[in-house]
Amino acid sequence: MNNNSNLLHELTKGIWKENPIFVISLGLCPTIAVTSSMTNAIGMGLSCMFVLVCSNLFISLLRNIVPNEVRIPTFIVVIATFVTILDKMIQAYAPALSASLGIFIPLIVVNCIILGRAEAFACKNSPIASILDGIGMGLGFTLALSLIAFFRELLGDGALFGYKIPFFANDPALIMIMAPGGFIVFGLLIALKRTHDLKGKFTK
Amino acid sequence: MTESLIGIFLTAIFIENFVLNQILGLCPFIGVSGRTESAVGMGISVTFVMVMAGVATWAVQNLILVPYSLEYLQTVSFILIIAALVQFVEMVIKKLAPALYKALGVFLPLITTNCAVLGVALINVKRNYGLLESAINALGGGLGFLLALVIMSGIRERLAISEVPVVMRGAPIAFITAGLLATAFMGLSGLI
Repeated sequence: MNNNSNLLHELTKGIWKENPIFVISLGLCPTIAVTSSMTNAIGMGLSCMFVLVCSNLFISLLRNIVPNEVRIPTFIVVIATFVTILDKMIQAYAPALSASLGIFIPLIVVNCIILGRAEAFACKNSPIASILDGIGMGLGFTLALSLIAFFRELLGDGALFGYKIPFFANDPALIMIMAPGGFIVFGLLIALKRTHDLKGKFTK
Repeated sequence: MTESLIGIFLTAIFIENFVLNQILGLCPFIGVSGRTESAVGMGISVTFVMVMAGVATWAVQNLILVPYSLEYLQTVSFILIIAALVQFVEMVIKKLAPALYKALGVFLPLITTNCAVLGVALINVKRNYGLLESAINALGGGLGFLLALVIMSGIRERLAISEVPVVMRGAPIAFITAGLLATAFMGLSGLI
């Protein structure tokens, strides 16, 4: 029973308590670069989740074989391999997504979340816990990206998933889907999460 | 030819600034911009690594991967080249400037996972740049990164002594500042 609740914790911690974006602040570049629309954000989130789960599984399986000194290069090669697989798959099956995410797909290799989870979690834990950790962190990442994209696409394009929303579509603030909007929305959202966390502390 | 090289150079610094326009390399941008001194050190080491990576990845891409049609190994080989280069730069700085090495601390190995470095290599391939163009684009990109980092650190040094609401301190205000800075850089888009 205790074991099961532990595994459940590995799955859920990434979604809120240790959310990779809002709490640990890792993987910032795609967070701002691809969140100009919901479709891109979810595509990016799921792509990262795929790489996270696969690399966590393999690194966890390799954890007793790889010598400590060369673990980082090994992790990077494992991650780069899965990113290459993902890149080719997206090019083949979702060319439109591949075109709009551009170089940010191969850049998943240098997303700190993935290397961070490999180093902090997968190389010390069992394969099953590592898969769950990957799914949880991936979901947390996807949700965070979608939240940012929700505000940016709604305010900047007056649309969600490309469908125009009445009232918002009348006079959208174009700057929100450009680089500055990303920075500002993200800054305000971290501040909002902090306000929430502080409130919890004072009422307790 | 020369004109287009200058164009690539200026575009990489101002119009397509890696940090503020292309949104690459944010982790060091937010992480190291607290003090101007470390911002300059970080900016220079990133510029150096970027130029070397730009040249090295061009050579690997055009002399090894393309002739043997191994383009699918691009991501793996590029990241390994960059990791090796960073190791090298780290050793050089440790030997020549121990004080700087101390100041940059954990961020130096992190250049490997700085997406601006891999980003410039991928952009060069995507745009079919030649050797010289790749090097110039990397140099411009690196200097643009340095510029953004130094401006940001100047602002943040002032922010540190001003009264910022508790919830906005640190990262949130830094991002909002970056947003305003990016807006200002958009004004340069008509430059060329």
